[in-house]
Amino acid sequence: MLEIPCPWCGLRCESEFSYGGEAHIVRPENPEALNDEAWADYLFMRKNPRGPHLEQWHHVYGCRRWFNVKRDTLSYRIECSYRVGEQPPEGEI
Amino acid sequence: MPAGRLKTNETEGRITLSRPITFSFNGKTLQGYQGDTLASALLANGIHLVGRSWKYHRPRGILGSGTEEPNAVVQLGIGARTVPNVLATQLEIYEGLEASSVNCWPSLEHDLLSVNGWFSRLMPAGFYYKTFMWPKSMWMKYEQAIRRASGLGVSPNLPDPDRYEKTYAHCDVLVVGAGPAGLMAALAAGRTGARVILADEQSEPGGSLLYSRETIEGLPAMKWVAGVWQELESMEEMKLLRRSTVFGYHDQNFLTIAERLNDHLPRWECRGARERLWKVRARQVVLASGALERPLVFGNNDRPGVMLASAVSCYINRFAVAPGSRCLVFTNNDSAYGAALDMVDAGIQVQAVVDCRPRPRGVLPERLRQRGVEIIAGSVVVNVKGTHRVKAAQVMQLPAQNGILKGEKRLIHCDLLAMSGGWSPVVHLSSQSGARARWDDARACFLPGMPVQQERSAGAANGSFSLNACLSEGSFAGREAARLAGWEWDNQPDPPSSSMQLEEPVQPLWLVPSEYAPGRGPKQFVDMQNDVGAADIILAAREGYHSIEHVKRYTALGFGTDQGKVGNINGMAILAQSLGATIADTGTTTFRPNYTPVTFGAIAGQEVGEKLFEPVRKTALHEWHQARGAAFENVGQWKRPWYYPKSGESMQEAVNRECLATRESVGIIDVSTLGKIVITGKDSGEFLNRIYTNAWKKLAIDKARYGLMLGEDGMVMDDGVTIRLSENRYYMHTTTGGAAGVYSWMERWLQTEWPDLQVFLISVTDHWATAAVVGPNSRRVMMGACQGIDFSAQSFPFMSSREGTVGSIPARINRISFSGELAYEVNVPANLGKPMWEVLMAVGEEFGITPYGTETMHVLRAEKGYIIVGQDTDGSVTPDDLGMGWALSKTKDFLGKRSLAREDCMREDRKQLVGLLTINRTEVLPEGGQIVEDPDAAIPVPMIGHVTSSYYSACLGHSIALALVQGGRSRIGEIVHIPLAEGRVIPARISDPVFYDPDGERQNV
Repeated sequence: MLEIPCPWCGLRCESEFSYGGEAHIVRPENPEALNDEAWADYLFMRKNPRGPHLEQWHHVYGCRRWFNVKRDTLSYRIECSYRVGEQPPEGEI
Repeated sequence: MPAGRLKTNETEGRITLSRPITFSFNGKTLQGYQGDTLASALLANGIHLVGRSWKYHRPRGILGSGTEEPNAVVQLGIGARTVPNVLATQLEIYEGLEASSVNCWPSLEHDLLSVNGWFSRLMPAGFYYKTFMWPKSMWMKYEQAIRRASGLGVSPNLPDPDRYEKTYAHCDVLVVGAGPAGLMAALAAGRTGARVILADEQSEPGGSLLYSRETIEGLPAMKWVAGVWQELESMEEMKLLRRSTVFGYHDQNFLTIAERLNDHLPRWECRGARERLWKVRARQVVLASGALERPLVFGNNDRPGVMLASAVSCYINRFAVAPGSRCLVFTNNDSAYGAALDMVDAGIQVQAVVDCRPRPRGVLPERLRQRGVEIIAGSVVVNVKGTHRVKAAQVMQLPAQNGILKGEKRLIHCDLLAMSGGWSPVVHLSSQSGARARWDDARACFLPGMPVQQERSAGAANGSFSLNACLSEGSFAGREAARLAGWEWDNQPDPPSSSMQLEEPVQPLWLVPSEYAPGRGPKQFVDMQNDVGAADIILAAREGYHSIEHVKRYTALGFGTDQGKVGNINGMAILAQSLGATIADTGTTTFRPNYTPVTFGAIAGQEVGEKLFEPVRKTALHEWHQARGAAFENVGQWKRPWYYPKSGESMQEAVNRECLATRESVGIIDVSTLGKIVITGKDSGEFLNRIYTNAWKKLAIDKARYGLMLGEDGMVMDDGVTIRLSENRYYMHTTTGGAAGVYSWMERWLQTEWPDLQVFLISVTDHWATAAVVGPNSRRVMMGACQGIDFSAQSFPFMSSREGTVGSIPARINRISFSGELAYEVNVPANLGKPMWEVLMAVGEEFGITPYGTETMHVLRAEKGYIIVGQDTDGSVTPDDLGMGWALSKTKDFLGKRSLAREDCMREDRKQLVGLLTINRTEVLPEGGQIVEDPDAAIPVPMIGHVTSSYYSACLGHSIALALVQGGRSRIGEIVHIPLAEGRVIPARISDPVFYDPDGERQNV
């Protein structure tokens, strides 16, 4: 069971959260202008890395806030969490 | 002297001779003492034979003295409280305890299935797989018989009468194990003021000191333990857990502990919960889990009377029991000499020590020589004589030539054989935490790997087997753990020192050679619980199994309740030898939780039966429905009335009556469970525009509109009616089952993509009780029940909303319909639901108002071709598939819109919603039935769709169904077939999905 730092509530048990997949996927401004391939890329394609991963979590049994987490998918180590709209510490996306 | 209880005062160990206890084993009444385990009490009564092995039904005795025991597995108690697979070596006896052997029939002494042993040559590794898989269809039958002949113990078939608890805890330092290292770690950490939990699986602290004759700081070991324990107990932030096994080390220093509160007590003294499951989040962990002694692998090494040397010491020193009267010791290291000295001092005849090392010259061997005991160096035990009990052992001289021993066989008589193959640190928890155990050649064992979590191992668990090393490593580990958790104390005293002597190194001896080629000759057991012999592992290697994980599964090495605690390392080493590889290369199997078996009760805790964590949701009108005799249906977590049978009525008769009454006059249904979300803020209209497929900004206040919600993939996700209550306030309905999901979905978009929108969401599903009054007479009922509203068609048209009162209750009334009839939905605060309902029933009586349930609701909506999301859709259905292209705005973007323009969403032959009318008008199709064009087509018959909803419609006098059919809208009028599992085929004609009042006149009156 992971401990996840909610940027609003602090460190809480994983059972209070639900997972939301890869973070920083921005909905295209004008979907109609995209060809099928570009739209499918937005819709379906995910990085699924082995290592550090920027991902979304929802504090569903808490403050109900969505936020971002940097988690290593190999060691499960959580490096940090940050609010929606904020950039990860190194500014990498 | 004879074997049994040693009766002198100095050797009474940890038992209390003044407190005798009566118990029974296999129906025989026996006596032991307070402090005995079942194993020690049986040995005190001269009983070695305690069970039969799993596969060959060989007689088996007590091998060890703790959690490592593979053989002495017993069935405890009877009835609902019977417990299978209890280790006799861990079970503390209590007054009235009843235990029996497992895996023997008809009795322990005369097991008929022991014929398996005679044929054991014919039952090698993988025997069952190889023999019984052909013909494949018979495996199920074979399996039943095999399972009956094998397996351990019987599980209770009655509900568990005991109570179990769970508790959460946080600490700075969790110390696992209260042996010398663990005690020192807890002491050092506790002295800093840190919050410490010390958990130990035994009934009292001490670990290996419970049977040690060493002194610490000049005190007998257990006197020293008592002093330490007292100091620990006096610490305010110290939690001491006895009979508590740390069985799992999970992510981020989360550990699970099973605390056994009652299992050592007679029934009448049991209070409260039987077990408590601790879920501990520790800043730092010290693993002082000790080490387990390894057996040696030689011929017939499983005979009762063959024991681990440390277990022999334990029975003598801790329990004052002599497990035999004449003993032969077989070892590859110094520790067994300690056991030999314990035996000599207890008056047990030690025949000799057989040591595979050519020149054992350590302090302990020397001490034993001085006691006049023969040491047969450079030799091994090759075979054991005796079936139900060791009678003698055959000893041969090393070295082997080409793996085979030649020369004299010396026969030594004995009734006890104490063996030691070296020690294996208990690296289970460290491995579970993610550290990869590493092989150490010098110490011939796996050591804990580099920590990946906040943990460290100390003492024997770390491969430091000497007592002095345990004490100092434990002290250092405890201090270090506390420091990293933020606690320090400068006045830490030096760790104490003990009388224990240094030892000479162990000489690895994995498979003992004999006069036969490796794997030949008498069976040499590696894993006794699973009857895996050295020959099985050698065979597996020869047959091409090279990965230890594959060999484990092929031979069953390391399965079972002991998970290979004593056998695994020998097995891995023998595999490595067979493959010509190193043990480091062969590696270990994965260590997974649980370290020892954990009861389902502890894991379930209070969340069983009616108290399941899934809540039951009832509407404010639930009691009324019950009183009216409603049959209920589960819809998500909700209980909803399904239908209201009158006496003698079948379900179909009740539903027919409810349908007709509603269509002909008026019906009433509790629709409180529909999801309700209030959407407020100045951007609410824009938000709805993005969430729903249709346009919302021009919706007038007090008007309602049907909305369709898609996922970004363009598939229908939810639907419902939304009403505009005021300029910036909307009232959204969702499906009953979809409410929570839709709420989260909308939150997500607002928070992550559109934080610029000023919109707030409030879930109000539980705030309102809602009754739908449905049917041509509904207006008359409403006019009689309501005040302050003009119900004329002109001033209160379809798809609009008004506020007024029902009786004296303030209500919002929405003229919307899910049946195609004139209908009103009455919303009042939930706690006023029942008086509102009663007013409507009283006024409606004149019109024969009929309460109806979800089944009638389904029939009425299906007659109109209205879909239910999740029943007529399955996550692969677009609005156009449902014939709802009209709901898609062309002038704005909305979630999922772009996906609808994907090639696949525009195919002509997508499955489309149609109606089905069976040719036989009374035959109701099964929902989920597959639709084919030609039932006689060659297999596999192409399937062109499936039935999504199907009912008998009393109003139409005809069976109706909704279905998704490939290119369905262009097939209207065609005959299709629905084959049933029983072989019959039902023909039906494809129709428009709207069966009733296609022009929608009835709801617009």
